[in-house]
Amino acid sequence: MIRFILIQNRAGKTRLAKWYMQFDDDEKQKLIEEVHAVVTVRDAKHTNFVEFRNFKIVYRRYAGLYFCICVDVSDNNLACLEAIHNFVEVLNEYFHNVCELDLVFNFYKVYTVVDEMFLAGEIRETSQTKVIQQLLMLQNLE
Amino acid sequence: MALKRVKGSIDRIFDKSLQDLVRGIRNHKSNEAHYVSLCVDEIKVELKQENVAVKANAVNKLIYLQMLGYDISWAAFNIIEVMSSPKFTFKRIGYLAASQCFHSETDVLMLTTNMIRKDLGSQNFFDAGIALNGLSCFITPDLARDLANDILALMTSSRPYTRKRAVLISYKIFLCYPEALRPAFPRLKEKLEDPDPGVQSAAVNVICELARKNPKNYLSLAPVFFKLMTSSTNNWVLIKIIKLFGALTPLEPRLGKKLIEPLTNLIHNTSAMSLLYECINTVVQVLISFTSGMQDHGSSIQLCVQKLRILIEDSDQNLKYLGLLAMSRILKTHPKAVQAHKDLILQCLDDKDESIRLRALDLLFGMVSKKNLMEIVKKLMIHVAKADGSQYRDELISKIIEICCQNNFQYITNFEWYISVLIELTRIDGSSSHGGLISSQILDVAIRVKSIRQFAAHQMATLLENAHALMSQLHRNGMEEVLYAAAYICGEFAQFVESPDCLIHAMVRPRATTLPSHIQGVYLHNIMKLYAVALKRAEDTDDKGVGLTQSLQEKLPIFIQSSNLEVQERASCILTLLKYIEKLQNKGLFEVDEFSCLFKGELNPVAPKAQRKVPVPEGLDLDAWINDPPSSSEDEDAKEEQKMEYERSYNDFYSPTSEKRREYSQEELNKLREERMVEQANNPNYLMSKKAEGYMNPDEESEAGSINLDISVPLHVPGLPSSDRYFKMEQDRRRRQRAERVVKKKKAKRGKHGRKREEQEEPEEEEDIAPVHAVEIVNEEMPEGAVKTDSEDENPSFDPHKALDIDLDSPLTASEALPKPKHRESAKLIIQEPEKKEKPSKKKKHKKEKKHKKKHHSAPVESLLVDEVDVDRTVNGHQHQHVDQQDAVQVKKEKKEDDLSFWLNDSSEKVEEPVVNGVAVEDDKATQKSSKEKKRNKKAKKSKRKSPEVGETPPPSEPQIQMSRYTVLAENKDMRIEFETRCIPRQEKKITVSCVFSNLSSSFIKTIEFNVLDTLNTRLIRDGGNLSHDAVQIPFSLPPSARNECQLEFTASSVTMPQRLKGTITYMVQDDTKQHTNQEKLDFKLHLPCSAYLMSTPLSSDRFTKLLSSGEVTDKASYQFNNTDMSLESMLQKLCFYIKFAVVEQIGNSASLYSSSIQKHHVCLLVKSVGNGISIDGKSDNSSLLSNIMDEVKMVGKT
Repeated sequence: MIRFILIQNRAGKTRLAKWYMQFDDDEKQKLIEEVHAVVTVRDAKHTNFVEFRNFKIVYRRYAGLYFCICVDVSDNNLACLEAIHNFVEVLNEYFHNVCELDLVFNFYKVYTVVDEMFLAGEIRETSQTKVIQQLLMLQNLE
Repeated sequence: MALKRVKGSIDRIFDKSLQDLVRGIRNHKSNEAHYVSLCVDEIKVELKQENVAVKANAVNKLIYLQMLGYDISWAAFNIIEVMSSPKFTFKRIGYLAASQCFHSETDVLMLTTNMIRKDLGSQNFFDAGIALNGLSCFITPDLARDLANDILALMTSSRPYTRKRAVLISYKIFLCYPEALRPAFPRLKEKLEDPDPGVQSAAVNVICELARKNPKNYLSLAPVFFKLMTSSTNNWVLIKIIKLFGALTPLEPRLGKKLIEPLTNLIHNTSAMSLLYECINTVVQVLISFTSGMQDHGSSIQLCVQKLRILIEDSDQNLKYLGLLAMSRILKTHPKAVQAHKDLILQCLDDKDESIRLRALDLLFGMVSKKNLMEIVKKLMIHVAKADGSQYRDELISKIIEICCQNNFQYITNFEWYISVLIELTRIDGSSSHGGLISSQILDVAIRVKSIRQFAAHQMATLLENAHALMSQLHRNGMEEVLYAAAYICGEFAQFVESPDCLIHAMVRPRATTLPSHIQGVYLHNIMKLYAVALKRAEDTDDKGVGLTQSLQEKLPIFIQSSNLEVQERASCILTLLKYIEKLQNKGLFEVDEFSCLFKGELNPVAPKAQRKVPVPEGLDLDAWINDPPSSSEDEDAKEEQKMEYERSYNDFYSPTSEKRREYSQEELNKLREERMVEQANNPNYLMSKKAEGYMNPDEESEAGSINLDISVPLHVPGLPSSDRYFKMEQDRRRRQRAERVVKKKKAKRGKHGRKREEQEEPEEEEDIAPVHAVEIVNEEMPEGAVKTDSEDENPSFDPHKALDIDLDSPLTASEALPKPKHRESAKLIIQEPEKKEKPSKKKKHKKEKKHKKKHHSAPVESLLVDEVDVDRTVNGHQHQHVDQQDAVQVKKEKKEDDLSFWLNDSSEKVEEPVVNGVAVEDDKATQKSSKEKKRNKKAKKSKRKSPEVGETPPPSEPQIQMSRYTVLAENKDMRIEFETRCIPRQEKKITVSCVFSNLSSSFIKTIEFNVLDTLNTRLIRDGGNLSHDAVQIPFSLPPSARNECQLEFTASSVTMPQRLKGTITYMVQDDTKQHTNQEKLDFKLHLPCSAYLMSTPLSSDRFTKLLSSGEVTDKASYQFNNTDMSLESMLQKLCFYIKFAVVEQIGNSASLYSSSIQKHHVCLLVKSVGNGISIDGKSDNSSLLSNIMDEVKMVGKT
């Protein structure tokens, strides 16, 4: 099960934080900082997996952004990695060549994308076309 | 009004949009906090406006701030306002904000229940979607309970979009509200076969997640999953299913047998690494679950290992890492297969990524054998030398030691080699934390391996003589700890030391005073042991050791100056002793043997837990007071006095002018010392345990005596052995042994040829490597009668998944139905305690039921399952080809066994059939097939629909609890009502009567009404201002033989008298035909004894005595049971259980009990067993209450 999803830039600014476990605010901030500390020190030669408390973090870096998913130790690392990539591809399609600023100014849309693809800590939809379709429908409602 | 609206919209123009906020924060990088606080003020103003759009915009900005780490919990109520807006755009913002910042402690969540329910049921399915999204983040037990039913309903929604979400969120519901699992499970199971693949995969996800924690409850779903696995092409789903199987196989090895083949196929065919990895993991799991020797699965293991090798060799670091991880799993059961890849794993030690290196280390740990230990350790030593980063080096060192000492030094054939490895490790530059570890290893080896002692003593002596090499690094690492071990070994095995005098001189060098004090202490003590040996050896010389005694006397005073008490004390003791010896020596009266017998006797290693394992002797009560407990009133004074006294005596003793020390004569001193030595020798903690040394303050010295030493000392100490030498020696030795063996084998007879060949397949059996020394590893001592328990250190931790360990196969009962919104309040009450109390008895019944059910209903289910067997057998992908030919066969077999084991067992027989039937037949029947299949599907659905109905027939309802407060209120042929009274904490005038209604008839009972005739004192609380003679509706109806519980509240103005209330219950009985309903009536008398108003209140004995002496409780009553065979214990139990007393204190055969009424009356009891009777004295502040309670006590005592 996914415990949380984080998107951070290299400076540690949060671009998205989705929690599937209940933490209080201080704990959330602490986690964000810890993840940042753990992830940014690793370079391309390192694995994309880090053991983290009782969980593990699967992360991937796209340009200046780190996409991190925190999952149970027993979960499949590679599947999570693919889920991240899938998510990024959807973002790219949805924002047409996504960049960090897109995520900053449309952060609520990013949350919508996350909600379309993940729910309650599980991967909900993996088909990119379906997700994009839903997103466009939602957009039309507003 | 219009003006106001215009004004509002003009204001809006000046509001900051979200974009402005984001841009503003980016522009105010230097003083972000200040800017944000300004924005927050603006937002606060905006939130006060009536316009929802403004509010929503404000909340949207808040979400952004929250993401940046600012607290927005103060806006919780505004968020709810926005959530409740009918417009989708705003609602979405509201839910997003809620999902980001609400958590289970957010109190406003209570307000949201109905709103969320409305959104869930909304026409617009997007509303339901965002509500579900939000709920998944902030669900609480309360919300889960109240909304479980709605979510369950959504699982059957016509839109896959909603269904999928509802299924996924059900997992969260189960976590928060485990009671929902059983009623929801049938529906969840259905979703596994949902037409929409998305819903299917959602259901798989949820069940996987559930099953991972409590796999045994989901074993019966294996056939369904098996079918999914063989039919699905979605890798995401496959991964989940395969993972689930990984959790199931340990419970059912037969399942593994079935899985191996499809999994190996997948491993061969898939191109997706994630799937491949999952398959390998599960295959490994399967192979582990097989008991060894049952089957030969070498090929699967080989396949896995080969694939993993490819992963490890891959340039992708991720694959490498995962490969190593999976390898380590195989290693546990099939070490041989992994050991073949040692080279590869050793290569990984050079990897850039530390996590890969650490994984490789883990693997090496499990790979060692007697054969390759030396080689592996040699490689590791090279790595230690060149490792960068102290953390990794530390890890390496501790791993080397772990590898060597695992399983009681199982793999070490040459302990000289091990000692030299350890010594080499001490010379590693810059390692920090393992001095203690190495030291304890050296000690351990030397003490437990007797044959190595001589060698160890030699080496340690060299080490001590060259202590400066270690100490030159003194302030950078903790390696001087090794000197502790060295000193101890040299002293304890001093007979092996070549020249004790030289060693003694080396040890008393002034530099030794810079060592940590606990090491100095050990130095001093062991100098004495060495000294004894030296004297013994000097016996024959002219000197007779006088020179040594003198020089020691010269050197020791520097230790007396030590600031550490322990060192100081030992040094001065030794010095006095030396003076005495010198005197004797000069007189020629000195007896060496007398002196050396001080250090006689051998120390044995003691197991770390030995102390704890000493069984408590019979009749020893560790909790009992040895003396009388100090009286509380004089406590303070006494303590003060004691302290003074202690200080006085302390000062007396330690004041420099004190004469006390000299009061001991030398002889006495000697004797005392001898005693102490003996005591120390017998005290296992003295050397072994770190704890015992805690008071010595190891670090104190290191700072005080910091001396800058020249570092140019060569690190390699001449005379110390190098482990490489041993490695080479060992290689030679083995070569020789092998040659000898070959010769022997040639000579051996041919009779055992077959067996021999087996051995030769694995070159060099491990057992064949004979150790160099005759090694006798002494086991650690354990006290007699110690019980072996391995799981001592487990401390139970909270796990929410434990609550989900629920038997899912047993049928549902009516009481388990999910609470419906209509009866929310009453439903709430039902869910409380009584459920839990009944559980144990219920479960038993379920089990019986289950067996019962299986007998009757397994047939239809079976036919379903057997189909799937066929499906997996067909290799060509024509998955339903053979189905109809199989039908006939299946029918015969159907009644044999229960479903799962049938599915699991008969697979092998099945295989043959399709082969016999051949392909030609299949083609003919291809057309018929489809129609038949449809029929079967229908059948399947029917049987499935049946099962929940079957589930609803609840078990018969006698409560099986031995002691039950439930008493029968009324009973007739249709119904039985039992009741129990409960007090409500902090309610002075209310009690709850909890009634359990059991339907004894075979018809449906509904519209139950409950009414009593109120008395002046006691009244039934009726909802909503109903008149005092109206009946109360019981909020449920009872299916045949169901039971359910309802709680009714009564007010009582006085609690000192028992009450009897007359009442009636009316209800409608529905005929089986559902056409007639008859109204029935049942009269009862509700007896509310005084104990109904008592609350078991724990009270400390202090306060109890205070209460008794305060004069508050003046009324007395007593009673004596004569000639009763009831024990005091059972009497107390009954009093506590039925009359709700709490035991304050029990001493010998008397006990004091206490309880208080809801109106704070005190009731105290003193229960004594006298001869063959029990006397009970009661005290209370209300005489009528007391006498009524005593009456009850009499009743209880007699039953």
